[in-house]
Order: sequence, then structure tokens, then C-alpha cells
Amino acid sequence: MSKALRAARERQAGWIVAGVVSVVVAAIAGLAFGPVSLPPGSVAAEVLNLIPGVHMHSGLDEREIAIVTQIRLPRVVLALLVGAMLALAGGCYQGVFRNPLADPHLLGVAAGAGLAVTAVIAFRIGSGTSGGDVTSGLPLTTPVAAFAGAVGAVALTYLLGVAGGRDRSPATLILAGVAVSAFLAAGQTYVMQRNVDAIREVYSWLLGRLATAGWHDVLVILPYALVTGAVLLLFRRELDVLSVGDDEAASLGLHPQRSRYILLAAASLGTAAAVSVSGLIGFVGIIVPHTVRLLAGASYRMILPLSVLFGAAFLAFTDLVARTVASPAEIPIGVVTAFFGAPFFVLVLRTTKRVSL
Amino acid sequence: MNALEARGVRVTLGGATILDGVDLTVAAGEWVAVIGPNGAGKSTMLRAVGGLLPAAGAISIFGTSTGRLSRRQRARLVATVAQSPVVPAGMAVLDYVLLGRTPYVPPLGRESTADLAAAREVLTRLDLHRFARRELATLSGGERQRVFLARALAQGAPLLLLDEPTTALDIGHQQEVLDLVDGLRRDRGLTVLATMHDLSIAGEYADRMVLLAGGRVAASGTPREVLTEELLATHYGARVRVIEGDHGPLVVPVRSTASGA
Repeated sequence: MSKALRAARERQAGWIVAGVVSVVVAAIAGLAFGPVSLPPGSVAAEVLNLIPGVHMHSGLDEREIAIVTQIRLPRVVLALLVGAMLALAGGCYQGVFRNPLADPHLLGVAAGAGLAVTAVIAFRIGSGTSGGDVTSGLPLTTPVAAFAGAVGAVALTYLLGVAGGRDRSPATLILAGVAVSAFLAAGQTYVMQRNVDAIREVYSWLLGRLATAGWHDVLVILPYALVTGAVLLLFRRELDVLSVGDDEAASLGLHPQRSRYILLAAASLGTAAAVSVSGLIGFVGIIVPHTVRLLAGASYRMILPLSVLFGAAFLAFTDLVARTVASPAEIPIGVVTAFFGAPFFVLVLRTTKRVSL
Repeated sequence: MNALEARGVRVTLGGATILDGVDLTVAAGEWVAVIGPNGAGKSTMLRAVGGLLPAAGAISIFGTSTGRLSRRQRARLVATVAQSPVVPAGMAVLDYVLLGRTPYVPPLGRESTADLAAAREVLTRLDLHRFARRELATLSGGERQRVFLARALAQGAPLLLLDEPTTALDIGHQQEVLDLVDGLRRDRGLTVLATMHDLSIAGEYADRMVLLAGGRVAASGTPREVLTEELLATHYGARVRVIEGDHGPLVVPVRSTASGA
């Protein structure tokens, strides 16, 4: 048995290595390719040159170095962070709800952010103080509104779910999330219908975007990413314990209710931060943890860290596709993730034996 | 010292009184079976002792009032096997049994080699080592029941609560699991409190029995004292004949003579 155990441990280490390698490959590809394609080796050398004390000769000229380090690098880092957070939060939601189809937008994050952003955009256009066109970037208030809307919606879901009765099961929380999402989506539809001018801009946000100017967005979400990542990775064993049922978890000395709320709060915060800078990028939170589960086993102690790595790599790669496939135009990244995600979703539906709430 | 001492346990769920002042004492090393008709409060009593629902009254475990125990401390003293535990998809047997070490794993930490050794020892003892890497969901009912038991044993708790441990098993596997529990009780000095459905089997294995009816203790004592035709007729509404067996009375249901064809 110890041989089998060692083999299992080695396989797990192998998956971690594979995850790290895929992050590096996706990041280098994201930095090297675009309207101007650069040799990946030189790009890697330039990235290493950012480390103080390292001086490598990359053979790139000054303009090319600027493209890599000032234009592409912030965007690739943002893609890595957003992908990691969405996948991590998705894996966490699936564990907490014991539902393989749970996604990080389940508790109202998407609807809350959607309504808030729609309101901000519509109000700005309606009041005639619009600054610039759609392509020049959304105003600073959009991420703030998205974040506030997302957090507010989850808080509302939580209040309704807990106040909804003595039944504090995860299913009650999901149903509260459905109710809150439907309510907010109705509000969003109303605002959009009253302000048709805003529709184009709202859609560009809804479909997800990673267009950045410099490091601002990265710095905005970095603290949330660190908090969410730390909490979820520290609590990942508790997710495994929760998977055997609330009674069992309680008899093993856990406080299932409390663990669940801590995990959900951290995952929702991270999702809200990701949504605030990137809009609604779907499917990452479902595809990535699922693939990891199929490949590396059902323990959340593996699923969560691997979701961070593969989620980061996946979004960096999709972003590369989104901005190169129809170059010079960009396809909204949400369209690309959904393009890969939808067929995968069907596959999951067909292969999952039981979908339990 | 008594493993368990419960005085005046009352449980109210959704406005209905499920347990209405139950007293229960289990001496260390004893096997006590809780019997009673459906809805008598057997499982609720076990859940109250296990700390899984709020209960009024005094419950102390090995001399310590449960109110003074933290969840982790309690988990080191009492292990519960529920009636039909969740079988998490994709989880391997060893990983499942390792979860039993949770009360010893530091918060936010991971299992030590001692925890791994404890889990392996239990797997070997229960003849489950061949299944260590198998998925729990792929095992048969009898094998699964042994794995649930292994998880509880890995907890290293001296008081074992079993809620209908043999419900889903055929008669051979029922005996296999109960013999195993009995052997473990002797090897490890465990105390067993089990709700049991089959009265004859309960009488064979238990030192003492407690008959619950309507949330109260209707009778308690040795199987011979509790398994009487009168008590079973009164509280189960059952027509039975009680026959003397090798280890205790055997309860045989009989058909009503009035409706004979």
C-alpha cells in the first residue's frame, strides 16, 4: 500500500508541476504573440530582466521591450489573476454546495455587478457627461460600481437565505441566489430598455474584457486575490470534510455552517474583485475546477491549488486567442471562454452521474 | 466512570417534542442498544449525545459535561456513524478514513505521519487495506459500512455511536459488521451506544437495552428484561413470540390468529 500511496503523492506533485509549466507557457505565449510577434525565448529573457540584478541579452530593441513589459505584461498578469480567482472561487462554490455545476456567479455576483454597471453607464450617457467613446475605456466608476453591486447582491442573498427560515441548508442559499439574481436582472433589463444608447457599452462589459492601461487594474485586485487565495487554500481541507456531510463534519469537530460562510465570503469577495476589472467572464469557474477534478482526483486539497494554476493559464491563453484571432479587432474574452466552455459543459452534463443539491 | 450519563434530555424540533426527559447511563466498555418503534426518538437521542442538535438537560461524557467540551475535544471522545452517510463522489477509501483524523489535525494544517499510520492501522484491522485507493462509491454495501466504521475508529474516540449500523445489509453482512464492532469493543475497550432495528440481533449483541417510546424511556435493563411479549405488544403494537436463545431472547413475529385464512 505504501508504494501505491507514494505513487499517488508523486502523481499529485506531477500535476502541480504541470500546472506551473502551463502558467509559464501561457504567460510567455501571451507576451510573445500579438500584432507584433516576438521570439518567445527573447521575451522570457526580458521577463527575467525585470528581476533586480538579472541582466540577460534578449536581442529585442527598445520598442519591443516596451511592448512586452509595458503593454502586454500588465494584461497577461491581469488575465492570470482573474483566471486564478474565478477558477478558485468556482472550485470552492462547487465544494460548499456539493454541486458540480455551481459557478462563482451563483449567489448573485453577476446580476448585482450587471445592474450596477448598467446603471452607471446608462446614467452617465443619459446625463450627457459621457467622456470618450466605448473603445477608449470605461470610466473609473465602473469597477467600483461592479464591485459594490456584486458584494451587495451576495450580502442580500445571504440575508434572504439565512432569514428564509430555520432551514439553513446550502440549497436555501442557492434558491435565495436565484431569487436575488432574477430580481436584479429584471432591474438591469428595465434600465437597459430605458437607455438603449447604453446597450452597446453595457454588452461590451457583460461579455468580459481585459483591456488595460498599465498596472492599475492589477494593483486594484491584487489585495483581494491575496486574501481570497490565502483563505481558500488554508481552508481547503475543511472543504474535504464538508463533502462527507454536515452531520459527519460536525461530529468530526467542525462548525460546518461557519466554515461554509467563511469559504463563501472569501470566494465571493475574490469573484467580485475579478468581475470589477474584467466584467462577466463565464465558464472559467466551471470548466477549470471540473477538468482538474477529472484529471487529478476529487480532493479539494488538490482541486483548489490546481484550479489556481490552470485557471490562470487558461485565461491567459484565452485572452491571447481573443486578441489575435480576429486581429486587429478583439473578440470579447467571454465569447472565447464560452466557445470552449459550452461544449465542455455538455460533456460534463453527460458524464456526471448525479447532480445533487 | 460512566462513558455516558444523560439526565432529563429534552429535544424540541419544529415545535414538536421529540425527546421528553430521557435518562440514559452507559458504563465504560458496555454495549447498550436503543430500541423503539419508528418515531420514538432513537436517532434523535444519538444525535443529542453526539452534539449534532441542541438538547436541554445534562449530558456528560466520561465525567465531563458536554457544555464544557469544545467541538474538537468532543470529537476525540465521541465518534458517530450515521444511518446512511454521504458517499462523496470520487473520494478514495484511504482519504475518507483519513478525514476521521480531523480532530487531531491542527486547524488549517494537514495530517501528520502519525495520522496516516492511525488510518492505515484501522484499515488493516478492518481488512480494508486492499481497498485503500479504491473509490468509496464503487464498494458494496457491506464494504462501505466497514469504511464508515473505519472512519469513526480512526477518530480514536472511546465512545462509539452507531445509528442503525446494519440497516442496508443482508443478514450475513449484519453479523459480520456487528461481530467486528464487538471485537473492536473488546480489543480497544470501546463503549458502544447503538440504535438497532432488529430486536433479536440487538438482544444478541447488547449488554443492556433501552426501549424508547414517545420520547421517553419505556423500559431498560438486560435484553431478557426488555424483550418481553408484553412490552413489545404495548409499545410496538406487535404480535411476537419471544423464544429463549443461546445469548438472549429471540423475537419472532407471528401472524394474527384472528385473520387466519
